[in-house]
Amino acid sequence: MTTTAPLLNVAGLCIEFRTGDAVVRANADVSFTLTAGRTLGVVGESGSGKSVLCRSLLGLIPSPPGFVTAGSVRFEGGELLGLDEAGLRRVRGTAIAMIFQNPMSGLNPVWPVGDQISEGLRVHRGLASRDARARAVALMQQVGIPSPEKRYDEYPHQWSGGMLQRAMIAMAMACEPRLLLADEPTTALDATIQDQILALLVELQERTGMAMILVSHDMAVIAETSDEVAVMYAGRIVELASTAAVFRAPRHPYTLGLLGSIPRNTGDTRLRPIPGQPPNLVELGPGCSFADRCVFTSAECRVTPAALRPVGPAHLSACLFPERMTAASA
Amino acid sequence: MAILEYIVGRILQMVPVLFGVSLVAFLCIHLVPGDPVQIMMHGRATPEVLATVRAELGLDQPLPEQYLRFIGGAIVGDLGKSIIQKAPVNEIIGERLGPSLFLLVYSAVLAVLFALPLAVVAALRAERLIDHSIRILGVVGFAMPPFWIGLLLMVLFGLVLNWFPISGYGDSFVEHLWHLFLPSVTIAVFLAPLLVQSLRSAMLDVMTADYIEVARAKGLSRRRIVVKHVLRNAAIPVVTVLAVNIGWLLGGAVIVEYVFAFPGLGSLLVRAVGFRDYPVIQGLTLVFAVIVMIINLLADLSYMAIDRRVLRR
Amino acid sequence: MTAAVRAELARWPASLKVGSASFALIVLTGLFAPWLTAYDPYTQDLANFLQPPSWQHPFGTDQVGRDVFTRVLYGIRIDLQIGFLTTYVPMSYGLLLGALAGYLGGWFDTVLMRLLDVAVAFPFLVLIIVIIAILGPGVHTIYIAVFILAWTMYARLARSEMLVERGKDYVLAARTLGYPTSRVIFRHAMPNVINSSIVFSMADFVLNILLVSGLSFLGLGVEAPLPEWGAMIAEGRDFIFDAWWIATLPGLAIVLTGVSLSLIGDGLAHRLGQRQRSFL
Repeated sequence: MTTTAPLLNVAGLCIEFRTGDAVVRANADVSFTLTAGRTLGVVGESGSGKSVLCRSLLGLIPSPPGFVTAGSVRFEGGELLGLDEAGLRRVRGTAIAMIFQNPMSGLNPVWPVGDQISEGLRVHRGLASRDARARAVALMQQVGIPSPEKRYDEYPHQWSGGMLQRAMIAMAMACEPRLLLADEPTTALDATIQDQILALLVELQERTGMAMILVSHDMAVIAETSDEVAVMYAGRIVELASTAAVFRAPRHPYTLGLLGSIPRNTGDTRLRPIPGQPPNLVELGPGCSFADRCVFTSAECRVTPAALRPVGPAHLSACLFPERMTAASA
Repeated sequence: MAILEYIVGRILQMVPVLFGVSLVAFLCIHLVPGDPVQIMMHGRATPEVLATVRAELGLDQPLPEQYLRFIGGAIVGDLGKSIIQKAPVNEIIGERLGPSLFLLVYSAVLAVLFALPLAVVAALRAERLIDHSIRILGVVGFAMPPFWIGLLLMVLFGLVLNWFPISGYGDSFVEHLWHLFLPSVTIAVFLAPLLVQSLRSAMLDVMTADYIEVARAKGLSRRRIVVKHVLRNAAIPVVTVLAVNIGWLLGGAVIVEYVFAFPGLGSLLVRAVGFRDYPVIQGLTLVFAVIVMIINLLADLSYMAIDRRVLRR
Repeated sequence: MTAAVRAELARWPASLKVGSASFALIVLTGLFAPWLTAYDPYTQDLANFLQPPSWQHPFGTDQVGRDVFTRVLYGIRIDLQIGFLTTYVPMSYGLLLGALAGYLGGWFDTVLMRLLDVAVAFPFLVLIIVIIAILGPGVHTIYIAVFILAWTMYARLARSEMLVERGKDYVLAARTLGYPTSRVIFRHAMPNVINSSIVFSMADFVLNILLVSGLSFLGLGVEAPLPEWGAMIAEGRDFIFDAWWIATLPGLAIVLTGVSLSLIGDGLAHRLGQRQRSFL
C-alpha cells in the first residue's frame, strides 16, 4: 500500500486533574499522528504531561482525579477514548502494550518472573500453561535473557534492574502489539544498561514492524531512537517535527534549551540548564507558558495564546516569534 | 536449601523463648503468697496430708532440682499430677486439646469467610458510603464483649429459635461443626473486624503499586487483578497481624468456651483457677504458650510460602 | 485563643468529633450519676424484682429489685476508671522503656527484647488469669496483673518507632549539636515516637474494658455487689430467658463506650498523620 493511513491519530486531547478546587491541565490540545513502524519520541521535563499522555492512550489514568475533557484518540481507525473497561482490555496488552519506568517495582514480587510474562498469553490468547511457558521462554530468549528456561521460575528480587526491564519488554511483546508505549524505559537503569535496552527496543521494532512512542526527558535517548520528536512543555506539544529537523534547526526556545542541556563530549562541555522552574499548571496565564523562562520573550508572549502552527515543511512550533531564534543564532 | 535453612533457623529461635516460657510456668506455683499446698487443699487438710501432697508434687526439693524435673517431664509429655482431679495433668489437658484446636480453626475459617468479602468491597470502594458502613460495622464488632455476643447468640439461636445446640462438642465431624457453630461465630465476630481492617489497608497499599498498573496495562480484568495480584500480596501483612494477635484470639476463646460450657482448655483454665489446681494451671500455661509459638511458626512459614523475599537475608 | 481552638477543631475528622462528644457525654453521665437517677445502685427492693423496662425503671430491675439503669450509670465510674488506669499506667513506663531500648540498643535492648519475646508467647488473658490464680481475684489483682504485663505492647511499639526515628536527619542533627542524650531522646525523638502509642491506646482502652468486664464475668474480677458491667452481665446470665434486660443493657453500655473510644482512635490516627493502625 502506498497511502499509509496513520496507525494512531491523536487530536485535540485535553486531560485535567481535579483535586479539591484545583484543576490541573495535564494535557492541553495535544495532537499528532503516528504511522505504523515509526517511532515518536516525546520529550520534556517531569510534569510536562508526557507520562499522562501515554497512560491516557490506554485508559490508565485514574478517574477521579483525572478526566479527559476533549479530543479523540483513533487507533487503527477506531476511537479509544470513551471505551469501557471491557473494550479497553481488548486493546491493552494485545494491540497496544506499555513498558514503564521502574522495572524493579513493575513486577509482582510474589510471582515468578516467567509466569508474569506468560500471563498475557494465557489471558488474551487462551494458551494452555505449557504452551504459554514455551512461548514465554522464546520471548525471554529474544529479549536477551540468558538461560531463560532456568530463570523462568525465579522471582523478581533475584534479578537485576536491566534484566527486569528485559522481562518487562518480553511481557509487553508477548501478544505482538502494533504499538508499544515506552514510558522512560531507561531512566531507572545504569548508563551502560540504558544503551543495551534502547538497542533492544530498536531491534525488536525492526523485526516486528511495530510503532513506538518513547517518552524520555533525555534528548540523547530520543536522538538515538526516534523518527519524529514531540517536545512537550506544561501539558502542550510546543514543537513537532522529524528528529533530524529538531536537532538541526529547533524552532522553539524550549527545545533549544533542552538541546543545550545535553552534556556533550566535544567542544563546550558545560551543561547549560534552562533557567527557572516549570510553571504551576494550576495558574497558567493566557499567553505562552514558557514566556517566563524564555530568553527571547517579549510582552506579547504573555498575553497572546501560543498554538502549534507550521513554521516550515512538516515542522510545527508553538513559538509566536520563531524568527527571533534564527536571528540570534545567525 | 535456603528454605530448609530458614525453617531450621526459625525453629532454633524458639529455644530461648521456650526456656523463658517454661520458667514462667514453673515459677507460678512458687509465687503464691503463703503455702500453695495449703491453699490448694482449701485449708482442710491435716499436716500429714499436706506433707504427703508436698512430697508428691516434689515441692520439698530444692528449686533448681524441681525446675529440672519440671522441664524434663514437660519434654517427654509429663506435666505432673492434679491433686484435685486425681489424674495426670497431660491426660486432663490432652482430652480438651482437640476440641479447643477445632474451635480455634473453625472460628478462624469463619472469620476469614466474613472478613474477605467485606474487606475487598471496602478496599475497592474506599472512602465511599459502603466502605464507611463496613468500618462502622467493624468498630461496633470490635467493641462488643465476646461473652455478651455469645450470650445473645445463645439465647436467640439456641433457646428462642432452637437452631443450634448451646453447649457440648458432639461426636462426629459434622456434629462438631454444628455444636461449635455458635461459639465459633462469637469468636469470629470478635476477630473479623481486625482482619477486615488490616486486609483493607493492605489492599489499598498494594493497589497503588507499580506492578498493579503494569497488570492493568497488560489488559487483565479487574477480577483477575484483585484475585491474582492484589490479594496475594495483601495477604502478607494480614498473616502477620493474625499471628501477632493470636494471643488475643486465644484469650477471647477462653471466655467464649466458658460461656458455652465447652469442654476445652479455656473452660478448664477457669475451673482450675477456681479450685486453685496449680499443677493444671502450670500445664495449661505451658500448653497455651506452645500453641501460640507454633501458630507463629506456621504464620512465618506461610509468609515464606507467599513471599520468597524473606529467604534473601 | 478561641480562633486557635476553632482552627484545631476544623481539622478534626468527623470520627474524632463524634467519638469525643459521645465519650464526653458518657464521662459526664458517670460523674453526675447521682443526679440523673432517683435510685441507689445497691439498695435492694425485693418487692419489685425482675421488672421489665418501664417509665419508672427504663432498664428494668434485677433479681433483687435494683434499678438496672442506675447500676449501669454507676458502672461508668468503675469501668472507665479501671480501663483508664490499666491503659495509661502501663503505657507510661512501656513507652519509656521501649524508647530507651530503641535509642540506646546494647545489652539493655537485648534483655528487653528477650522479655518481650517471652511475654508475647502467652495469650495475654491466660497470663492475667494465672496471676489471679496466684494472688486471688479482685480489682487489685487485675491492676497488678495488667501493670506487670501490659507495658510490653507499648514497649514494642515505641522501640520500633524509635529505631526509625533514630536514623532520621533531625536526630543526627541534634546529636551533632552536642545535645545530651536525654535531651535528644525526650525533646526531639519522643514527640514523634509517642503518636503511634496514643492512637494504639484508644484501642487498648476498649480492650481493657472488655478485659475487666470479661474477668468479672468469669468471676475473677470485680466482685458483687459492685455495679461493674461485666459482673452485671454475669448476674443477668441466669435470668436471661425471663429477664433479658439485666444482661443485655449493660452490654450495650460497653459497646457504646467502646465505639466512642474506637472513633476517637480512628480520628486521632488521621489527625496525627498516623497510618491507620490495626486494632492491636
